[in-house]
Amino acid sequence: MDVYILAIESSCDETSMAVVKNGCEVISLSITTQMDTHAKFGGVVPEIASRMHTEVITLVLEDCLEKANMKIEEMDAIAVTNKPGLTGSLMVGVEAAKTLAFLYNKPLIAVNHLIGHIYANNLESKMEYPLLALIVSGGHTELLIMEDDYKFKRLGETQDDAIGEAFDKVARVMGLSYPGGPSIEALAKTGKHTYELPKPVKEQDYNFSYSGLKSAVINLVNKEKKQKKEINKADLACSFQEVAIDELVRKVELALKNTNIKKLVVAGGVSANKYLKAKMEELCKKYQASLLIPRMLYCTDNAAMIGAAAYPKYLRKEFSDYSLDVSSSADICS
Amino acid sequence: MNFKFTSRSIDDTLLLAENIESEKFPGMVICLNGELGSGKTVFVKGFAAALGVDGNITSPTFTIVKEYNSGELPLNHMDVYRIEDNEDFGVEDYFNSDGICIIEWAELIEARLPEERLDITFKILDENTRVLVFSPHGEKYEELCNAVL
Repeated sequence: MDVYILAIESSCDETSMAVVKNGCEVISLSITTQMDTHAKFGGVVPEIASRMHTEVITLVLEDCLEKANMKIEEMDAIAVTNKPGLTGSLMVGVEAAKTLAFLYNKPLIAVNHLIGHIYANNLESKMEYPLLALIVSGGHTELLIMEDDYKFKRLGETQDDAIGEAFDKVARVMGLSYPGGPSIEALAKTGKHTYELPKPVKEQDYNFSYSGLKSAVINLVNKEKKQKKEINKADLACSFQEVAIDELVRKVELALKNTNIKKLVVAGGVSANKYLKAKMEELCKKYQASLLIPRMLYCTDNAAMIGAAAYPKYLRKEFSDYSLDVSSSADICS
Repeated sequence: MNFKFTSRSIDDTLLLAENIESEKFPGMVICLNGELGSGKTVFVKGFAAALGVDGNITSPTFTIVKEYNSGELPLNHMDVYRIEDNEDFGVEDYFNSDGICIIEWAELIEARLPEERLDITFKILDENTRVLVFSPHGEKYEELCNAVL
């Protein structure tokens, strides 16, 4: 029998809900920043600000069910992100999920946001194990081995800034717009790798570090400013992007070599970067490994991935009761 | 009265932060201001180590708040750079707890900050040198500065 899960995500900036069938098929997906808010608000509010979860959550629910042409009664479970994230933001989603679960007498499933990012890949094509998973986003940079459903082993993670943060901060210093990823990528296209920037960390270690690279860019910009020299922004964007992403490639290559695993999934907002995509494709070809990257919509924060990650828990009947709490931090491996 | 400290390396900044005896100071609020790359997160790393927080302190810029509960007191590490228009993200709840709050880019939420607190401003002099200016507000914070600096 088909399983329909109503999933809720509100861990950071986005409020999102989705109806997901059998953990792999998106029936409907609503995300505040992509919703037609003009229609919903009668054109009064031109854009919904980030983290206004309380204000918009019922609208998102209506929009999501309307698109799916389904009722809550038809759902088999309610899933929600309960960690990691901003406590206040998470709480809005969790309270909504508890209320719906109680009112409609549905099982409640708690999902880790990061595990959601990985399971976004199931929305594209069924993941096969064992695999290597790279999570690259605004808040996270992690490399993991996944031996089976919900069986994770961490190889490495960032020791300071996440890669998405490094892109944002470098963009800020260079006077580019937020978020930094797309603006640096666009500018890098017209530039060359001419600036010498330090490689992030130790050779034989899976951990990442982006704070030193960030500081090197800041120092460079400050130095040129003092000497009244003009920075070639396109070249700097290109140099930074290549060093930052080549570091990911190097760690993944080390993992492919050492583990002999032949499958790689990439998840999180930074996987939308085309240079990253091209480099990972090249690498996987070299090691005869398969590569899976979700489409852009499923890479950034969304509830469909939460529905996908909730499905194995539904099958195992791993349900939460109404005492379910939120947590700002979470270890994917525990 | 303000206190000045010149840091010549990351280790200098770490050591200074480690010397603050935060475990005796529940509800402590420290506000860090200064441009990108001036060492704010480095300071928090040293501070957290001294408090006995396990594991690594990573930047909270994207998530806005990271909570650590493994030390002698809960540590709430915030970066409010992405907060706009004095948005209410529940920061007062953190101030009213026994935990310690360290806030990067605190000047952006000036109106929400408690009166008694320690402000630290980071200035970049050159590649490795930073000047840290400590401005205590309230007697407890003045005593703290006298003890450390």
